[in-house]
Amino acid sequence: MGQSRLRVSATSASRSFCGAALALLLGVASLLAGSQVVRAETTVKWLYIETNPAIIQYWKDIIGKFEQAHPGVKIETQFLENEAYKAKLPTLLQSSDPPHIFYSWAGGVLHAQVDSGVLKDITAEMGKADAGKSWGDSYNKAALKAFTYKGKIWGVPNNLSEIDFYYNKKLFQKAGVDATKIATWSDFLGAVKALKAAGITPIAVGGADKWPVHFYWVYLAIRQGGLQGFQDALAGKNGGFAGPNFVKAGEAFKQLADLSPFQPGYLAAKWPAFAGTFGDGRAAMVLAFSATTANLQRLNAADQKGIPLEDLGLLHFPTLEGGTGLPTDTMGGINGWLLGKNAPPEAVEFLRFLTNAENQRELAARNLQIPAAKGAPQAVTDPLLKIAAQSLAASTYHQNFYDQDLGPAVGRVVNDATTDLASGATTPLAAAQQIQDAWAQEH
Amino acid sequence: MSLAARLRPAGGATIGRRRGTLSTARRQFGVAPVVFLFLPPALLLFTVFVVLPIGEAGWYSLFNWNGYGAPTEFVGLHNYELLWRTPVFFTALTNNLLIIAVSILVQIPLALCLATLVSNRIAGAVTFRLIFFLPYVLADVAAGLIWRFVYDGDYGLVAAAASLVGVQAPYLLAERGLAIYAILVVVVWKYFGFHMMLFVAGLQTIDPSYYEAAEIDGATRFQKFRSITLPLLAPTLRLSVFFSVIGSLQLFDLVMPMTGGGPSNSSQTMVTFLYSFGITRMRIGFGSAIGVVLFAICVLFAFGYKRTLMRHD
Repeated sequence: MGQSRLRVSATSASRSFCGAALALLLGVASLLAGSQVVRAETTVKWLYIETNPAIIQYWKDIIGKFEQAHPGVKIETQFLENEAYKAKLPTLLQSSDPPHIFYSWAGGVLHAQVDSGVLKDITAEMGKADAGKSWGDSYNKAALKAFTYKGKIWGVPNNLSEIDFYYNKKLFQKAGVDATKIATWSDFLGAVKALKAAGITPIAVGGADKWPVHFYWVYLAIRQGGLQGFQDALAGKNGGFAGPNFVKAGEAFKQLADLSPFQPGYLAAKWPAFAGTFGDGRAAMVLAFSATTANLQRLNAADQKGIPLEDLGLLHFPTLEGGTGLPTDTMGGINGWLLGKNAPPEAVEFLRFLTNAENQRELAARNLQIPAAKGAPQAVTDPLLKIAAQSLAASTYHQNFYDQDLGPAVGRVVNDATTDLASGATTPLAAAQQIQDAWAQEH
Repeated sequence: MSLAARLRPAGGATIGRRRGTLSTARRQFGVAPVVFLFLPPALLLFTVFVVLPIGEAGWYSLFNWNGYGAPTEFVGLHNYELLWRTPVFFTALTNNLLIIAVSILVQIPLALCLATLVSNRIAGAVTFRLIFFLPYVLADVAAGLIWRFVYDGDYGLVAAAASLVGVQAPYLLAERGLAIYAILVVVVWKYFGFHMMLFVAGLQTIDPSYYEAAEIDGATRFQKFRSITLPLLAPTLRLSVFFSVIGSLQLFDLVMPMTGGGPSNSSQTMVTFLYSFGITRMRIGFGSAIGVVLFAICVLFAFGYKRTLMRHD
């Protein structure tokens, strides 16, 4: 009995081996067959960080139109969360399967990417004339300049954003604060005190992400030193980022922080969380993005409804007494798309289509973003977005976020230093010195 | 039929010949063929995934490198000098020491206590073993996210508990002094189940006759624990401490979703510090230097510990 059992097991062993070998062969064959089919089509890999479902739907419509007009081309999208994207991108760009199109905030990070040779140079495509105008001409000059480095164009501008205060009109009324009367930093501090006295949390901010906190310091630096102050700091003049302009900005920010204006637990709040705090009506103001804030405060509010648009107000960042910056100087983003070195020409074509005048006007008309194409921002209908679009069009100096503009290393130090300043962990002089030290190290 | 005959399989002739072939082969060639067949793959894996990266990290730590292309800017030991001058490095070290201390002084005694309770054959013991082991099974990142919600002062469990009692909810993860302690609670919660299972296994190897003898001699429960359980469980305890320390030095996944290094870098551990200051800032050389220091600490501990306390295990 044992012998037959043995023979049976031997036969079943060889049978399962044959089965496994056959399965492996079939698998390899089907893979080869499958790859044959894929080779006939070009796939463009598009990596983005957008969370607004309205914008994603808008993009889906555009992809549909493009794929219809270009049979054989497939646009494959991939999403990564903001912080994860920033951390993963260097690795992705050097892998064997880099994305073809990916999001960019321009600035120092773009410069680092160009210097590493992972981007596609599209100066030629941008310069190609078509009916008397070149592709590059169709964009806002400042936007295109942001994507120009070392004389070459590396990216396609998509949209601009402005950072302003968004406030809850009802809460302001309750505290007796008139937003139209806030013009200077002292006016603003007075408003904050009035809100606190009325038992309202004045400001919602995201101390966990840190970049929302650095907005305040950067705006104060812009108001204090203006474009000249920033350029001097970059050149290392006047003490660089540890110079008097930046220390003064830190001191002004400390004045605000000393009033304890932020929501409780703000050091653990990320961007969706504090947008939700604002949307819930638990804080009177946020310093945030032109197009995103209205949507995100609604999406992240506990009741999913947030502040109705008619109760939402926009307040430009106040001027700083004694500063040389102009009230028309703005801070915000210049965003666009970069192409990986191995991106197929279809990817360039797609970007051209995505950011053409018609689609950009549609972007504005749907009040999704302020487009970078010339003439398109005029199609904006939302009243608050319109104010931001007009302010951008009239901007005398548009400063990109420091944590992008100064590069990944110095940018993080700016975030850390300003958040420490907000929480009282450091002094204005020490914060400015930290940033200057980090800058000196990289240059 | 004799026992031996019954145990010998009926197809004995075939098997016997096979067995004979193998032992003959071993006698002829020695163990060399087996060694040459099985050692290279293991060596290759170990070299490629362990030795090479360690060597490369040491090499990168001598450069100023942003991660793109190949490192070109040689700076020698500058990264280590910079590390010494960075206050956050010492915060991270202190936090790691704190985690080790809590693991050894809180987590392991707790695990031992629970192990003695659930290793008995009482009703529900196995169910409780499962319940206590569940946190360990959960992915670190998932645990971090869950506890981030628990600690949320607006909508989390802490907030709900505080409102029940009628006090203002604390924002534990937003407090510079408290964030690391909040993380320590999660560390204990997460890993005590693992140590408990080790101890349960260890306890089950203790011969019950020792306890019976002690009973007869009139020993109290505490005396039995101190004189029988602890000494016989000592090898397992030493192993647990070893795992605990090595694991504590590598804590990363729990910290990142909860605080990301904490308010003002107060809850940084060595690995989160490496990640935040090395990789996300695209300063791979500096990050590698931190990695090398961490490696040195781990190696020192591992070999030192094995030499002294685990000499006879």
